[in-house]
Amino acid sequence: MKAADVSYLSEMLRRRAGLSIANAKSRLIETRLAPVMRRFGFKDAGALVAELRNGHDALARAVTEAMTINESSFFRDRAGFARFQETILPDILRHRERTRRLRIWCAACASGQEAYSIAMILQDMKLRAGGWTIDIVATDISSEMIARAEQGLYSHFEVQRGLPIRRLVENFTQEGAGWRIGESLRRMVTFRQFNLLDSYGWLEDIDAVFCCNVLIYFDNKTKAGVLDRMAEVLGPDGYLILGPVETANGHSSEFVPAKDMPGVFVKARRVPLRAAV
Amino acid sequence: MKSCLVVDDSRVVRKVTCRIVADLGFSTSEAEDGVTALEACRGHMPDVILLDWSMPNMTGIEFLRALRRERDGERPVVVFCTTENDIAHITEALGAGANEYIMKPFDRGIIEAKLAEVGLV
Repeated sequence: MKAADVSYLSEMLRRRAGLSIANAKSRLIETRLAPVMRRFGFKDAGALVAELRNGHDALARAVTEAMTINESSFFRDRAGFARFQETILPDILRHRERTRRLRIWCAACASGQEAYSIAMILQDMKLRAGGWTIDIVATDISSEMIARAEQGLYSHFEVQRGLPIRRLVENFTQEGAGWRIGESLRRMVTFRQFNLLDSYGWLEDIDAVFCCNVLIYFDNKTKAGVLDRMAEVLGPDGYLILGPVETANGHSSEFVPAKDMPGVFVKARRVPLRAAV
Repeated sequence: MKSCLVVDDSRVVRKVTCRIVADLGFSTSEAEDGVTALEACRGHMPDVILLDWSMPNMTGIEFLRALRRERDGERPVVVFCTTENDIAHITEALGAGANEYIMKPFDRGIIEAKLAEVGLV
C-alpha cells in the first residue's frame, strides 16, 4: 500500500473508532482488508482507499469493522474470571442486596464468549431464583460480530479454548459441526452494536464493565475519553475490569487500581477501603 | 518434570501429540492400545494420560475403568483425545472418571488449554 493510503486509512480509523494503527505493517492492513475488498469488488487496497476518499460510508463502516480485533475465547484470562467470581461479584452483590439488580457491561464483546462466560458464572450462583434481576449488556463496534454473538453458535475449536468440558455439556447443544449456547444463557445477554466513541447515554448504573484488551488499540486521547465516560455510567461501587496487563493509570483520574487485582479498577471517589494503598 | 502417556493406535497422532506435550515441558511415553497402556501404568503411573477412544484390544473407556481400579490409578489426570465428539460419549467418559475431553481434530492451542484447565500447565 502507498504511504499516503495508509495515512488516510489511519486517520479515518482514528476518527471513526479511535483505533490507532500507526505502527501496523502495510501487509497486515491488506490482510485484514482482503474480505472487504472481495465483498465490495476492489482489485487492490489502493482502489478501496480511493473509494473511501469519495465518502463511501458503507465501505468505511465495513473497513472499520474489519480492522478491529475480534479475538475472543471463553473464560479468557482464567485468573481474572476467578477474581470476578470470588472477590468482585460477592462485593457487588453485597452492595446490591437491597435492589437485587445486577447490571454488567461487556464493552467489546466480539463474538460473545466473554458475555456468555459471565452468564455461566451468574447462572451457577442461581441468583435469579433468589429474586435477582440480571442484565448483561454486550456491545461491539462490529455488527457482524454482534450477529455471531446473538446466534451463539461456536465451532469445535472455539468451544475447546477455555471452556471446561463439563460446562460444554451442561450449557451447549450440538448442532451440526458446531455447538450452540443454551437458551437460558442466551436470554441473559442483550447484544447491541455500539461504538465506544459514541454517546453512553443509554447506559447507566453499571456494576461492572469488562473492557479487556481493547484500550491498547486506542490512542491516549481516546483512551482517556472512553475511561472517563465509563466512569460516568459505572455505579459508585462499580468495577472496571481491563486486561491483566492494562491500566487506567495515567489515562484517567476517575479510577484507581483495586487492591491485589491486576487490571481491575474502582472509582477514585469511592471509599478507599478497596483501592490499593 | 511431569510425565504424560499418549495412548492412541495411530502412530502419527502419537508422534504429533508427544511433540506438542514435550514442548509444553512434559516427559512423554506412548502406548498403542489400552492393554499396553495399562501395563505401562503399572510400571510407572504418569501424571497425565491423553487417551484415544477407539483402539484395538482394549478401548479407551475400558482402559479408563480398569485404570481407576488400579492401585494409585485415581491419581493420573485423564484427558480423552478422540473423534467420538457427541455428548453421549463425553458424558460416558466423565462418568467413568475422565477429567477433560479433547475433540479431534485438535491443535497445540487446544491441548495447552485443556492441560491448563486441569492445572498442569
